[in-house]
Amino acid sequence: MDIIINISGALFLLIGSFLCISGGVGLLRFPDFYTRMHAVGVTDTLGAGMILIGLMFYSPDFLTFSKLVIILLLTLLIGPTTSHVLAKAAMHNNLMPKLQQEDNIKETSSSNY
Amino acid sequence: MKDLFAVVMLLGIYSLLSASFFVAMDAVDVAFTEAAVGAGISTLLMLVVITMTGRSEKTTRHKPWLALLVVVFTGGVLIYGTFDMPYFGIADAPIHSHVAPRYINESMKEIGIPNIVTSVLASYRAFDTFGEVVVIFTAGIGVMALLSVGRRPEEDEKTTAINDSMHEEYLVIRIVTKMLIPFILLYALYVQFHGDFGPGGGFQAGVIFAAAIILYTMLFGLTTARKVINQSFIQFIAAAGVLLYGCVGIVSMLNGANFFDYNVLASDPVAGQHLGILLIEWGVGCTVASVMIMIFFNFAGRREMQQNNEKVNNIEGDSL
Amino acid sequence: MFIAATLAIFVAMILAIIRGIVGPTLYDRILAVNMFGTKTVLLISLLGFVMGRPEFLDIAIVYALINFISVIGVLRYSDTNKLKHTPSNEKPLDKEY
Repeated sequence: MDIIINISGALFLLIGSFLCISGGVGLLRFPDFYTRMHAVGVTDTLGAGMILIGLMFYSPDFLTFSKLVIILLLTLLIGPTTSHVLAKAAMHNNLMPKLQQEDNIKETSSSNY
Repeated sequence: MKDLFAVVMLLGIYSLLSASFFVAMDAVDVAFTEAAVGAGISTLLMLVVITMTGRSEKTTRHKPWLALLVVVFTGGVLIYGTFDMPYFGIADAPIHSHVAPRYINESMKEIGIPNIVTSVLASYRAFDTFGEVVVIFTAGIGVMALLSVGRRPEEDEKTTAINDSMHEEYLVIRIVTKMLIPFILLYALYVQFHGDFGPGGGFQAGVIFAAAIILYTMLFGLTTARKVINQSFIQFIAAAGVLLYGCVGIVSMLNGANFFDYNVLASDPVAGQHLGILLIEWGVGCTVASVMIMIFFNFAGRREMQQNNEKVNNIEGDSL
Repeated sequence: MFIAATLAIFVAMILAIIRGIVGPTLYDRILAVNMFGTKTVLLISLLGFVMGRPEFLDIAIVYALINFISVIGVLRYSDTNKLKHTPSNEKPLDKEY
């Protein structure tokens, strides 16, 4: 029983760490703001959730466990909300995605001819 | 870096990072304060200031070489000074040999609460903490004297209209905030009363409480928030907190002990200490929370007034 | 195990700092700060387990809340006109992707 808990906790931590690093790489490497936000928004919530669930397996008592559940719920509530508002504010202030911008240029140039 | 907005963002990152240092060095209460004050409130206040003054730094004519030289020299001398200090964590360092053993060994017997930081802050060093609370109160008075705006009632409806038009688009965030605010307030009370047993206390609880109110103010507008929390009531609470703190000291003097000697407050010394620490933590919490709310209200009120003036100017310019 | 996860979080934090310094637009910087905040929450929780002091989780809760509040504040106040006047070293928003 003990070894199952250990292994599954380690597995969750491993997946969470991988997601966090890939989110960071995505934040650095992706071409425009919206794709960066996609990378961060997806991996942040999921990676944080995975790491917190992984920590829950190791929690020594019920109080620690319940605090981890509170942090998990907060992350699940706050992460997507922030991403949504950030994207909306960027869109509202005329920050265009890269691909769409190029398409627009093509369309307008093709309609001119 | 001339972009002040980027500077504020990097300062926020630095504040988060320095709190991680404090956690790694096991200074949990300091990390708590840094989390609430440095990362939260001060970033917000600086942002409000930037929205009023403009985003880019003024270009300076002179080169900053002299200032850089002075800073580098002073820093070098300070780093040279640290070579004489005892190694980190060494047992016979001066800081471990005077009062620290007494705090560590005796505080459980004398004060009776597990968190030594709270017993040092609120009982052994109660006079210093009183000074800190008075400093915060003075800061609140200073901000109010400099920035408070005389309210003209006929403008209120116009401001409400502006606010409503600004916030219609944030539907999701309003709902999430409505779900979160009760939780934040409850958590602030937990920090306030759990300070005896774990990290926390009046300062942190006050700042978290104020952060919840500030969140409400940002999303629902200053006018709505002023309807919920009356400005004069806040000012009264700020003074009442300091008064409560001082009164605890005076009551202990009247009972024949020293200023802030809580042993005489109840029949049993340990129970007296408990009562005294509880009361002064309440005083600290009330003062900090209301001063923070007051400072933010004044900043935001000043900003709103500036925006109104700009709007009026624009309308007049268009009509001309 | 915890230490490996902590190192992974460190790497992600460094990447976020780089994006925060480089970030061509205002929103990239906000995104970097937001990601840094959530990573700090995780880092503090993990440090609590590494050092065997689970009461660090209290601070992690405060961080989650404060991070939310400050990001909302940044977004709320970045909507004003003064901030849209981007400085000269940064390309104006409506042309930048």
